[in-house]
Amino acid sequence: MSEKIVFQKPESVYDRATHYCPGCHHGTIHRLVGEILDEMKLREKTILVSSIGCSVFLYNYLEVDAVEAPHGRAPAVATGVKRARMDKFVFTYQGDGDLASIGMAEIMHAANRGERISVVFVNNTVYGMTGGQMAPTTMEGQKTTTCPSGRCPESHGLPIRMAEIIASLGGVAFCARTAVDTVKNLNQTKKAIRRAFEVQTAGTGFGFVEVLSTCPTNWRMTPLKANERIAAEMIPYFPLGVFKDADAEVCA
Amino acid sequence: MSRIVIREERCKGCLLCTTACPKGLIVQSERFNKMGYKVAEVPEGRMAECTACASCAKLCPDCCITVYKSEKPAAKGKAAGGKKEKK
Ligand SMILES: Cc1ncc(C[n+]2csc(CCOP(=O)(O)OP(=O)(O)O)c2C)c(N)n1
Ligand code: SF4
Ligand code: SF4
Ligand code: SF4
Repeated sequence: MSEKIVFQKPESVYDRATHYCPGCHHGTIHRLVGEILDEMKLREKTILVSSIGCSVFLYNYLEVDAVEAPHGRAPAVATGVKRARMDKFVFTYQGDGDLASIGMAEIMHAANRGERISVVFVNNTVYGMTGGQMAPTTMEGQKTTTCPSGRCPESHGLPIRMAEIIASLGGVAFCARTAVDTVKNLNQTKKAIRRAFEVQTAGTGFGFVEVLSTCPTNWRMTPLKANERIAAEMIPYFPLGVFKDADAEVCA
Repeated sequence: MSRIVIREERCKGCLLCTTACPKGLIVQSERFNKMGYKVAEVPEGRMAECTACASCAKLCPDCCITVYKSEKPAAKGKAAGGKKEKK
């Protein structure tokens, strides 16, 4: 009897064990990016700009050329890379601490300028790498090491919904929020990241996807419980969907 | 028959794949790998139920799972049909 392989590791992902905790969605999101790079045949012309956070070693996992940006500065570095090498495909991969705290200025202005870059934004509601401090995306009441009695809106404000903010900016061609907790959501994530990459290859504008992600370790949850939290707590506050999918005339 | 192969040395025992399988084929084994994780497995005798839907592989954060789908033999001969039954 003959058989064929219907699912295996994409070529753009190195055959190497990752340093991620069990059940961490970073690995899943890396693989989706790898699948899309393969399908769009972008690997040879890609320059990844990796960020600071648990995904700092992304260049060890994706078989592409890469620049490591200082904390939060990936969109600024990517701007320079793309403007110098318009023939390259340039994307950043950033956590919520990186993108929505220290890097808030860089992401806002890169998006607003309509830089022809793509951004994969991984929102796991904490600073994973440094031990689970509060992020701008930490949920109301969520306990972290820097808000041990839970995030309190009176003193910390409400969690920031980045996808909605980015979608409101002129230079943005595609903006969506997705999740990878179920096969259905994961398929949507793949479609969205593909679109965010396509608006760059078509030269339309800035592409952005916020992916809701787990951090079982700093959430102090089992991987299964953490996966369930995505639908139970995160999606109700961070709704999934495409917030902008525009053509070139709309994007400045 | 269709089947999956789990690379045990890469498995972190997160069990996300167990929730993904519509047939409930994947469970935690009693084996630990070198990293110290209790790996996932399809118990003896149940693999025949696998439909190669790849849900488990898609949800695995660590690229542990390869999915093989059996293909109907190109030749319509009876011998080929007989073979299929056996394996
Ligand atoms: C300039 C600077 N400030 C602070 C840090 C410490 N630091 C490292 S990673 C990180 C936050 C990472 O969180 P996030 O971006 O959400 O990524 P995750 O680890 O959760 O994937 C911080 C504050 C640093 N490396 N550099
Ligand atoms: S600390 Fe959190 S984000 Fe970092 S690898 Fe572990 S689970 Fe993933
Ligand atoms: S491929 Fe589908 S049916 Fe087979 S083990 Fe995986 S989830 Fe179950
Ligand atoms: S999802 Fe992957 S790492 Fe997690 S238990 Fe299953 S095979 Fe192992």
